Amino acid sequence: MAYVAPAPAEVEEVELYHAHSFITKYVFSQDAKVIAIQYSSVAIAIGVVGLVLSSLMRLQLGFPESFSLIDPAQYYQFITMHGMIMVVYLLTALFLGGFGNYLIPLMVGARDMVFPYVNMMSFWIYLFAVLLLVASFFVPGGPTGAGWTLYPPQAILPGTPGSGGGIILMLVSLVFFIIGFTMGGLNYVVTVLQARTRGMTLMRMPLTIWGIFIATVLALLAFPALFVGGVMLLLDKVLQTSFFMPVILSLGEQLEYGGGSPILFQHLFWFFGHPEVYIVALPAFGVVSDLISVHSRRNIFGYRMMVWALVAIGGISFIVWAHHMYVSGMNPWFGFFFATTTLIIAIPTALKVYNWVLTLWKGNIRFTIPMLFALGFIVTFTNGGITGLFLGNVAIDVPLSDTMFVVAHFHMVMGVAPLMVIFGAIYHWFPLMSGRMMDETLGKIHFWVTFLGAYLIFLPMHYLGFLGVPRRYFEMGETNFIPASAQSLSAFITVVTVIVGVAQIVFFYNLFKSMKSGEIAEKNPWKAASLEWQTPDQPPGHGNFGAELPVVYRWAYAYGVPGAKEDFVPQNLHPDEVGEAGAHEASEE
Amino acid sequence: MFVAVMLVLVTVGTVLFHLLSPWYFTPIASNWSAMDTTIDITFWVTGAVFVAVIFFTAYCAYKYKYDANRRSEYEPENKKLEAWLITLTTLGVIVMLAPGLFAWNEFVTVPKGAAKVEVFAKQWGWAYRFPGADGVLGKSGVKLISDNNPFGIDPKDPKGQDDILINDSEMHLPLNKPVHLLFRSVDVLHNFFVPQFRAKMDIIPGTVTYYWFTPTRTGSFDALCFELCGTGHYNMRGKVVVEEEDAFKAWLAKQPTFAKSMAKAGTAAEKGFAKLDSELAKPGNKNSKRVF
Repeated sequence: MAYVAPAPAEVEEVELYHAHSFITKYVFSQDAKVIAIQYSSVAIAIGVVGLVLSSLMRLQLGFPESFSLIDPAQYYQFITMHGMIMVVYLLTALFLGGFGNYLIPLMVGARDMVFPYVNMMSFWIYLFAVLLLVASFFVPGGPTGAGWTLYPPQAILPGTPGSGGGIILMLVSLVFFIIGFTMGGLNYVVTVLQARTRGMTLMRMPLTIWGIFIATVLALLAFPALFVGGVMLLLDKVLQTSFFMPVILSLGEQLEYGGGSPILFQHLFWFFGHPEVYIVALPAFGVVSDLISVHSRRNIFGYRMMVWALVAIGGISFIVWAHHMYVSGMNPWFGFFFATTTLIIAIPTALKVYNWVLTLWKGNIRFTIPMLFALGFIVTFTNGGITGLFLGNVAIDVPLSDTMFVVAHFHMVMGVAPLMVIFGAIYHWFPLMSGRMMDETLGKIHFWVTFLGAYLIFLPMHYLGFLGVPRRYFEMGETNFIPASAQSLSAFITVVTVIVGVAQIVFFYNLFKSMKSGEIAEKNPWKAASLEWQTPDQPPGHGNFGAELPVVYRWAYAYGVPGAKEDFVPQNLHPDEVGEAGAHEASEE
Repeated sequence: MFVAVMLVLVTVGTVLFHLLSPWYFTPIASNWSAMDTTIDITFWVTGAVFVAVIFFTAYCAYKYKYDANRRSEYEPENKKLEAWLITLTTLGVIVMLAPGLFAWNEFVTVPKGAAKVEVFAKQWGWAYRFPGADGVLGKSGVKLISDNNPFGIDPKDPKGQDDILINDSEMHLPLNKPVHLLFRSVDVLHNFFVPQFRAKMDIIPGTVTYYWFTPTRTGSFDALCFELCGTGHYNMRGKVVVEEEDAFKAWLAKQPTFAKSMAKAGTAAEKGFAKLDSELAKPGNKNSKRVF
């Protein structure tokens, strides 16, 4: 049976914007690939600030008497800024603004995002938001120390550090971040839905694109809750409205507030905050699926279930938010509902883990650097997902909430695990972006120190939580329930943190060195089947695909197809050129 | 091979650390052993899954190493296998969720006759109020708080006159009697947690939250604030002394009632809070100035 040729394009191509000067090409660029690199550079730069802050607070926690680098107010400011930077300004921006911009047009076979000008605006507004955030370090009183959750009333009262300019700049920065993100996010969604090349059906898209697409939809629906929460808190702070402020004292003084509800803010915050976890996790799920499939030379196992699991997780993630609030004082009967929904979300998530491992099974695994990081992801994500089952189960959350167990859990599952994917993805797509390979020996050193180190930091930390060590404590001081050995454990964690932090220099050295003088990458060095590697130039030029857009004949996971000439079949390879498998493939259409 | 060995080592190391490390729950001193049981069940179920998943990954890493002369097996899906895995996972989830929901149901159902005690939180210290002979706490409000009336009790409410005020961070409770703690905050969020009791709840200005438990062991227990409440958060400590009923009654009898403390025109109360304020306003005040 002959294959059915894809229909001709429904819409004619629109002429792209062509840059004429250095400024329009590299600064105010409208090319998604340049915007992606701009987004990534800013996100990684601010992420390094977040990393340094975490080392400073770990030094305080590990050696509370020996280092007097920071005082309590600074400690609270650093944990707050560390959290906010890592979750929003690094992870969200890097996955969606960075990887989203680079990969969506290339992987769906488009010349660029559908609204290039809006895409450019998105980056510049993001940069402005980051600058506002950084500015808050330099205002009187410093940045806010309210915790990254910014809970009122304390976030805007003088008992908390940075309750003046700090909190105002934080909220304004978030508002701008969301405006910028919305511009980018609409672009990603419309591009995926409208700009796919001929033959690229939704169910042929690489899981990377599915992950980024669903995450973007979640973000477009979740960020507005943070937006209104932030604006209302800003009004409470600046204009003395009382959205979140009941009748209260502050340090013994009667305030003018009255009638507001602090819990309302928590609902708004977590209605954003829980989907936010998946805004970070789903792109990581998608990317790691591709890394595992390409480097184990095997089709992704259970593609359709993988797609539906992403959709299911995305949907359910909107009805689990109050599991962050089991002991918040909300109506305790909510606990039954949210514990049930939260544990249900474990089922599609577990299925994804099984399918990643089953992709390795009967594969032909190359232990490249991206593959190592993907394996690191499987270990840390499984571990972190499992501790989520503790915290999601309402009765267990009671003794464990707000302890170091929570800190260990969310760092493992949405800190370390997504970072494993980010590193893996950088090593994987670096040849495409630069035309050169990264150094493998340095990559291996970087992987083993980062993976084992991060695991040694966060695994024992759970047990500090069991002991009852609270999070957000400047120092533990004397208690009659925490043994002295816990302090030694904390010191050990700090030492490993510093080692892992310093080891990232190896990564940056490798990155910059390879950019300049790395080995020239052969075309499609990993022999991947997805479209981004099938461009006429590597790195792809302006407009991505040369004169003709590619036509897609199959899914992105045709690895090890029996009868094919090679162990992979690119998505756009004409069935006549595939070998014996071509005919077989056509009959499956 | 190296990768497979490392994966096995990480898994074995994790299990050994769990079994051998000296750091685990502090021994329980309340009736909430159902929480500990749920955690044990969850450890068994999830531990088995963790070991199985990583061992299987290690097996694949060992068995299916790259060989240029071989191809991977092309198998886009296996519906039967996926259905099995989903079913088993669902069963595991039910095994963990059911005991958790039962424990939670017990936790949120306060038994009749549990003795009411108010925990009063402010930046950054604790105070307590017992209902006195009538067993009812008098009305209170933040706007009524003054130097003479640090708890903000309504002087016109007759039920408040016999309330017993503990203007100190230490409180006593009788052994084996269910206690219904009612939480009130005058400024920001706080959380009253004694690790040995396992129970925990945020304290929210503008509303009253609660939990209940039965102390099952005598002793002196540290209470910590468990919700970030500003610069002095880590210093916000209290103490709960659990003792035999007679000793508890003797201690309670020595504490002043609201009526008495009003009559003394706040001397004792004032001193108490003045001490708290001076002690706890120390950390970080240079950063706590209002800028706008």
